[in-house]
Amino acid sequence: MTDIAVAAPVVGRSLWGDAWARLKANRAAMFSLYYLAFITVISVFGPYFVPHQYTTIYADYVRTPPSFSAYPQADMIEGALDEAIRRMRVDIKDWRQEGSRVFVTVRSSKPIDDRNIRYLDRSDTFDDTKIESKSPDGLEMVMSASIKQQYFLFGTDNTGRDLLSRTLMAGRISLAIGLLAGIVAVVIGVLYGATAGLAGGRVDEVMMRVVDVLYSLPFIFFVIMLVVFFGRNFVLMFLAVGAVLWLDMARIVRGQALSIRRQEYVQAAEAMGVGQRGILLRHVIPNLLGPVVIYMTLLVPQVIILESFLSFLGLGVQEPMTSWGVLISVGAQNIGSANWLLLFPAFFLVSTLFALNFVGDGLRDALDPKDR
Amino acid sequence: MLRYVFRRLLTAIPTLFVIVTIAFFLIRVAPGGPFNQERGLSPEIRANLEAQFGLNDPLWLQYVHYLGNLLRGNFGPSYNMPDFTVGELFREGLPISIQLGASALVLALLLGSVLGTVAALNQNKFADYSVIALATAGSTIPTFVIAPVIQLVFGLTWKLLPIGGWGDGALINKVGPVLTLALPQIAIVARLMRGSMIESLHSHHIRTARALGLSDWSVVVKHALRGAILPIVSFTGPAAAALLTGSIIVETIFSIPGIGRHFVVAALNRDYTLVMGTVVVIALFTIVFNLIVDVLYGVVDPRVRYD
Repeated sequence: MTDIAVAAPVVGRSLWGDAWARLKANRAAMFSLYYLAFITVISVFGPYFVPHQYTTIYADYVRTPPSFSAYPQADMIEGALDEAIRRMRVDIKDWRQEGSRVFVTVRSSKPIDDRNIRYLDRSDTFDDTKIESKSPDGLEMVMSASIKQQYFLFGTDNTGRDLLSRTLMAGRISLAIGLLAGIVAVVIGVLYGATAGLAGGRVDEVMMRVVDVLYSLPFIFFVIMLVVFFGRNFVLMFLAVGAVLWLDMARIVRGQALSIRRQEYVQAAEAMGVGQRGILLRHVIPNLLGPVVIYMTLLVPQVIILESFLSFLGLGVQEPMTSWGVLISVGAQNIGSANWLLLFPAFFLVSTLFALNFVGDGLRDALDPKDR
Repeated sequence: MLRYVFRRLLTAIPTLFVIVTIAFFLIRVAPGGPFNQERGLSPEIRANLEAQFGLNDPLWLQYVHYLGNLLRGNFGPSYNMPDFTVGELFREGLPISIQLGASALVLALLLGSVLGTVAALNQNKFADYSVIALATAGSTIPTFVIAPVIQLVFGLTWKLLPIGGWGDGALINKVGPVLTLALPQIAIVARLMRGSMIESLHSHHIRTARALGLSDWSVVVKHALRGAILPIVSFTGPAAAALLTGSIIVETIFSIPGIGRHFVVAALNRDYTLVMGTVVVIALFTIVFNLIVDVLYGVVDPRVRYD
């Protein structure tokens, strides 16, 4: 018996398998996808690894420029020391630095209380303060303290909070809001549009007239009214923002639903006696998914921009919570003196928007081959 | 054609009416009022103020009054800027917003069309990719990032432009705001133009024109452009309405005394008349420009007929 090579049966690729293959071939989209994953991971988990809390205020480090080397820099020690000693209400006689410790000799006209050393510990620059020696009359004391090494890779803001942890925290909020409001908009839009498209006739006409009227209201008016209604509760507010952005989605889905219903295969299914439910589940919904997914990727950046825009106006996320919009707004007010406050958050926001855009374009190419 | 314009204007009236009605009741049901925030306002004074502005009347009566005033072109007094009527605020701010918006629109249409055409003529070459990159950047980077970056680069680092302010309309003060307003629009126009120009260049009449031996210039400018410009025309309507009524972001960042900045403040202060006035102005601009665009459409594209 001779072996006959049995050709494997040809396995057709599904729409999604096909789309995935096309997406994988799109280098910009894949890179953006990885980049988005990276931004998401560092935003979600990053704040746990940055040694600074996003709310911690370092009074000694207000508006510190970004740097890879550790703070305090040599010339900052004296200032911090002066400040701490001034709070002790004693006079500084002299000080010197040995390795990572400073030695200070202070003098006062009254006997010095040992508890005074807490003022050094309290400063953001020093730690582990010890009394080295004290003169017999108690008027002079030598203290030593270790210098706390701190890294501010992105610098600090106007109140001395670490910008790196704030930017990551802001990313968490901005991305979460984008996703949340995006999903709300998609759900409302799909339900509304599909109902209108499937119902057709008078119902469709009335439903779409409502969309037209909402469309012609100035968008920002609508958003501001929602902010006014829902106050500063940001979860509620962004549910509301999502509830405003569904208009486009509804139009797209309605148009698609109308055209799918007129396709021959749907008519064939109807002729074969498939019920409304079956047509909806088997034909309409799967064919709607493509445009919905594409539009969703375009919607998320829109929501992020909208959130940043509202936060920029002071209507969105409130301090000490933060978002990229809040950070950029603060940065825009300080471009003269501290441009890193603008540049870092702006870079994060813009690069994320770019990545989302490329992924959206890639998905459109992958899911809608006719469009190319 | 005239009949078409007339009919469109007639249908605009109910649209405007619906918008005014929704906006009126929406802002009224919002909690708070125009005189709630002011501290140290004794209840008697507040009651007097509210009585003076007719805020104690039943809501439907206020609505009828407002509509009546609006029909006579009276926007009413501004509650939070008691020295001004809403009409005066608009007379002051609107010309400034229109100037900036119109300059940005013209710049966007010219530059965007040229860039889009260049990209289409050099499809899949370096020039094309540069335009696509620019268009992606322009439509992705939000204005509230572009504006401070322009201030930082041109104002602070190179000291070419003032950082902000209107400067009584000095040309140099307009560069930053106009550039910020125009950049996203340039991106959109370039992208639209590229797409429609590529399509137009592939059409039969262009092939015929080339076969007849017309020069490249005349093929592109005289024949391809006319077909390619249609999407730009329909884009111009909403874009003009949005640009001419002022941008909150640009006017805030560059401290420009236009009307864009009124809106947010007025809505937060429940300055009812000012909010309503802004809504009406924006809606009017939108309706008028959409009408102009639809009429223009017929002029540019002979296939469109009004009946």
